[in-house]
Amino acid sequence: MGRITLDKVRKAFGDIEVIPPLDLTIEDGEFVVFVGPSGCGKSTLLRLIAGLEDVSGGQIRIDREDATELPPAKRGLAMVFQSYALYPHMSVRKNIAFPMKMAGVPHDEQERRIASAAKALNLTDYLDRKPGQLSGGQRQRVAIGRAIVREPAAFLFDEPLSNLDAALRVGMRLEISELHKRLATTMIYVTHDQVEAMTMADKIVVLQAGRIEQVGTPLELYNTPRNKFVAGFIGSPKMNLIEGDAATQHGATTIGIRPEHIGISAESGLWEGVVGVSEHLGSDTFFHVKVEAVGAEPLTVRASGEVSLKYGDRVFLSPDMKNLHKFGADGLRI
Amino acid sequence: MARAVTRNRKIINTAVAWGIGLLIFFPIFWTILTSFKTEATAIADPPVLFNFHWTLENYSVVMERSNYGRFLTNSIIIAGGSTILGIIIAVPAAWSMAFVPSPRTKDILLWMLSTKMLPAVGVLYPIYLMFIRMGLLDTRLGLVIVLMLINLPIIVWMLYTYFKEIPGEILEAARMDGASLKEELIYILTPMAIPGIASTLLLNVILAWNEAFWTLNLTAAKAAPLTAFIASYSSPEGLFYAKLSAASTMAIAPILILGWFSQKQLVSGLTFGAVK
Repeated sequence: MGRITLDKVRKAFGDIEVIPPLDLTIEDGEFVVFVGPSGCGKSTLLRLIAGLEDVSGGQIRIDREDATELPPAKRGLAMVFQSYALYPHMSVRKNIAFPMKMAGVPHDEQERRIASAAKALNLTDYLDRKPGQLSGGQRQRVAIGRAIVREPAAFLFDEPLSNLDAALRVGMRLEISELHKRLATTMIYVTHDQVEAMTMADKIVVLQAGRIEQVGTPLELYNTPRNKFVAGFIGSPKMNLIEGDAATQHGATTIGIRPEHIGISAESGLWEGVVGVSEHLGSDTFFHVKVEAVGAEPLTVRASGEVSLKYGDRVFLSPDMKNLHKFGADGLRI
Repeated sequence: MARAVTRNRKIINTAVAWGIGLLIFFPIFWTILTSFKTEATAIADPPVLFNFHWTLENYSVVMERSNYGRFLTNSIIIAGGSTILGIIIAVPAAWSMAFVPSPRTKDILLWMLSTKMLPAVGVLYPIYLMFIRMGLLDTRLGLVIVLMLINLPIIVWMLYTYFKEIPGEILEAARMDGASLKEELIYILTPMAIPGIASTLLLNVILAWNEAFWTLNLTAAKAAPLTAFIASYSSPEGLFYAKLSAASTMAIAPILILGWFSQKQLVSGLTFGAVK
């Protein structure tokens, strides 16, 4: 079981409050992603749950039991670090065995769990190597193996993929998702990459300056962002946020429209603009169009497949009004 | 871009490195060579290099006149003792500075180092007087304490740099994995820091072995180490270069051999952190 409840948890370093009082419940078996820009407190929050940092106030409960004062090892959580944090002087086998050795698991049982973890993670041939002789992806797998064998109540991942190259990252993302489906254990995953958040999470927690901006499923956040920050943070490329007259017409301070909700045409449309830089991805093309009527920032527009428009071409844009997001002066959704 | 190293440049670099190496080694080489000469050839002008009558006479004279074994024992006890005592004190100090730093840690480290800039002779009198009062003059214990204090800043600094290189996340991983502080020290930190501790040990044995100021000033006969043994051949009866060289060779031989066998360890220890 792995239900984790944060009750008015707060953290201050000296006079600086990095996490104001915060409430959050993570259900058993959920894959929860903490996402936000760097310095938003997501790693600190994870470390508070892990017990690597002491809370300045509030209570952390794991499966209804108060874990606020428990040392990290007693919380039944396993953590995978960004730097992998493998023990460089131990073989892969000893690395994976270490938490079981500390817990006094019988030797036969240790061997059994190592073998099954190694099989699941494709590490069987590398068990007698040292971490220094492994590639980045393999090291990350060892770190995950070391976490699995503990059979923890929940896994904590602290930006585990950010040291890997792009291709490997996509592969490991799938492996971790696969692992979650198979083990059905609670996982908390910290990342600054909203694509990772969208693709992996059951539930996303968007953080900024230590505050929770919104909690919801990936599609909830995408379709109904609670405020301007979430609207701009979730989605790639970013949502177009427009202020000024174009917004006041709709009774809002800011309006937002996603790139795929704007039609582009050479003949007619609501806004007239000039094509700037275009990004051709093959399946999609993203145009950056400068529109006088909505302000200085160019709007990003997505077109399916290849559309033959050049730099400097005059075009017309038609936003899909059904998918318009409106935000008030306080930044909240109207 | 990698700097292009041409063949010629490589040859020049190698030649220069060998040149400097030989230049540094020359005084030691000359001392050893002189120790096998007669007193007459030792001061011959122009000096002779190899074509002289090789003799072991100087060594037998030195062995006859002084009790080499006693000086050697004193040196081993003083160098070894001060280093071990220093490590015992420095490990926890460096540990706490590296892993639980306070806002003043940097200042303390610099202050410790600044004590090395104080001319030793400036505190000779106070320490001499204290030693008389405490009955430490001409004792091995006294020298162990003084040399330990002198080298402590270096030991702490070296260990601190080593511990700093151990990533905090690894220690946190151990904590997550259920290791107690004791288990963390035994299974994770010490094995990872062993190369650092070993080269610190080596360097400090060498420094303590060669230390002459305090060993000459605070000893007379009982606790005198090999530095005093060399000094005893330098002046009283005028200069006898060949015998002085024989004594010097005997004094530096143990540390030279130790250094030779551990040079890899020493170099990696001293350049630790400079290159990844």
